[in-house]
Amino acid sequence: MIRLTGITRTFQMGDQAVHALDAVDLSIESGEYVSIMGPSGSGKSTLLNIIGLLDRPDSGDYALDYRPITDLSETEQAQIRREKIGFVFQSFHLIPRLTAAENIALPLVLSGIPPNQRRHRVNTALQDFELTHRANHRPSELSGGQRQRVAIARATIMQPGIILADEPTGNLDHQIGAEVMMLLENLQDRGTTLIVVTHDRELGARAHRQIGMRDGKVLTDRRNDTD
Amino acid sequence: MTLTDTLHTSFGTVLSYRIRSLLIILAIALGVAAVVILTALGDGARNYVIQQFSSIGTNLLVVLPGRAETAGSFPGAVLGQTPRDLTLKDAQLLGRLPQVRRYAPLNVGAAELSAANRLREVTVLGSNANLIPIRHMQLAQGSFLTHGSAYSAQIVLGAKIAAEFFPHGQAIGQRVRLGGNRFLVSGVLKAQGETMGFNTDEIVIIPIDYAQSLFNTTSLFRILVEAKNHSEINATKQAMQTSLRQSHDGENDTTVITQDAILDTFDRILRAMTLAVASIAAISLLVAGILVMNVMLIAVNQRTAEIGLLKAIGATSGDIRRLFFAEALWLSFAGALLGFLLGQAGSFLLRVAYPQLPAWAPVWASLAGILIALTAGILASILPAGKAARLDAVQALNKR
Ligand SMILES: Nc1ncnc2c1ncn2[C@@H]1O[C@H](COP(=O)(O)OP(=O)(O)OP(=O)(O)O)[C@@H](O)[C@H]1O
Ligand SMILES: [Mg+2]
Repeated sequence: MIRLTGITRTFQMGDQAVHALDAVDLSIESGEYVSIMGPSGSGKSTLLNIIGLLDRPDSGDYALDYRPITDLSETEQAQIRREKIGFVFQSFHLIPRLTAAENIALPLVLSGIPPNQRRHRVNTALQDFELTHRANHRPSELSGGQRQRVAIARATIMQPGIILADEPTGNLDHQIGAEVMMLLENLQDRGTTLIVVTHDRELGARAHRQIGMRDGKVLTDRRNDTD
Repeated sequence: MTLTDTLHTSFGTVLSYRIRSLLIILAIALGVAAVVILTALGDGARNYVIQQFSSIGTNLLVVLPGRAETAGSFPGAVLGQTPRDLTLKDAQLLGRLPQVRRYAPLNVGAAELSAANRLREVTVLGSNANLIPIRHMQLAQGSFLTHGSAYSAQIVLGAKIAAEFFPHGQAIGQRVRLGGNRFLVSGVLKAQGETMGFNTDEIVIIPIDYAQSLFNTTSLFRILVEAKNHSEINATKQAMQTSLRQSHDGENDTTVITQDAILDTFDRILRAMTLAVASIAAISLLVAGILVMNVMLIAVNQRTAEIGLLKAIGATSGDIRRLFFAEALWLSFAGALLGFLLGQAGSFLLRVAYPQLPAWAPVWASLAGILIALTAGILASILPAGKAARLDAVQALNKR
């Protein structure tokens, strides 16, 4: 459960202050499927980065699972990122030197999980995302869809409660993008909170809750009645 | 992130940037190899000199005319100024000291040796029978003055001279002419080769009285003295100095040098030289360190997005810092190891090329070379690793 109150994030561009987030209040329950839409520069990525503890707000409070976390140390925040949050990016962000399996194993390595357990969990993930035959390929040898599947496998290998996806289909063609969305939605079906930033209205409409942003503010917050 | 995983991951990174890693490793290796080879050379030279000196004779004291300004200085420093000559009487006086086992007066000159229709210039040593044991020379055949009196005209030939004049090995008992006087060949030296630039194979030895009349002098070039006891060498030196001063009307106009003092001087000079050369080589390691720093800074720049990603999936600043640190450590370690091996191989080749030179790198030098390489690598990576650790996650992620 995510609770943001009065979150403000301002960037200084020369002598001009850019209000990327302007006193945002937002609550997201565990297991929700939320899409965030809005024009470019409206603060969607900034909001996602703050939820994912990659960025700190200038003011406001953030509680994750009822625990206030804005004042936690860098190391404690890193631990929360490791255990509770999975990121999926538009440009995949795979490490080019490492194989698919090694990329997927990274969060396990960072968490200090012993190699024999790692191997088992990575193999399961490779199967889940139909990547077994690509396990030893490097990212440059994979298609866009395969790369994003590796990235999703990496984001979920620690079984985090929250998946944050910033335009996960932005670099994929329509059909592959839809397949990737299906994978993310499957995770949400199993109880993971899924927050997706997207420009694609059609994809955004699939979420149970749609948030519209503009100029650093939450403008609309609608729920699909069908669910 | 566990230490094993950190080391393993960074090892993988080193491997995947093959050319870059190879170049750094080579730069470090050359520095370490230079330290090892140059110290092997320096220490080899030192041991060579000491070994040569020891082969001249142990317990050896040398008396030379003239006064040295400082104790233990070079014999050459006091050459040229001879206020009062050393004489045979001085030598006999020293021979009577209780601490002295034996002494050999010494004159050196050149004269023409002729026999069996041959003629050549030779170096002539004038001395007594003690010269042979004091200088650790050995006779291949015959004897020197042991059976005849000190006044009989005997001559000992160096191995090469003997072979030149009497190729059939019939030297003993032959008559030769040296500077117009007739001598009877009583012995032939064993071939010894060169020691301290002096080839005993090409000398002849005659009794001191004959040498003095041959060179028309009453003074001595040196007096060589062998002490009874190595532990009493300083007491012997003092006794000799006192005795010489008395016979020289209380003047301190002779110098007594112990072999130890000469050895010490050479030892110190050559050690200092080795150290200086090693330090210069070590500077190349600092240069390699700067190279490591530069390359690691470039790596941080190249891998900025990757660092952002690692932070996004939960790496702490410490994890990032340690990863870059370990990477530099691997490079330095591989460089140091390769450099050590190259250095050993180089020293080996030196020993093969110059068999007389014991070119073994001292252990301290190899250790210092390796240690300096590792330290330079580690220090050089502090700045880049810190820079990587401090990167802002969001900005790093968005960097193309
Ligand atoms: N590091 C930064 N420095 C300065 N300004 C920034 C920085 N990051 C974001 N901004 C500004 O903050 C505002 C919000 O940026 P943000 O990336 O959140 O937008 P977005 O909604 O994700 O846009 P897009 O759809 O183009 O990704 C923009 O005006 C952007 O220029
Ligand atoms: Mg964005």
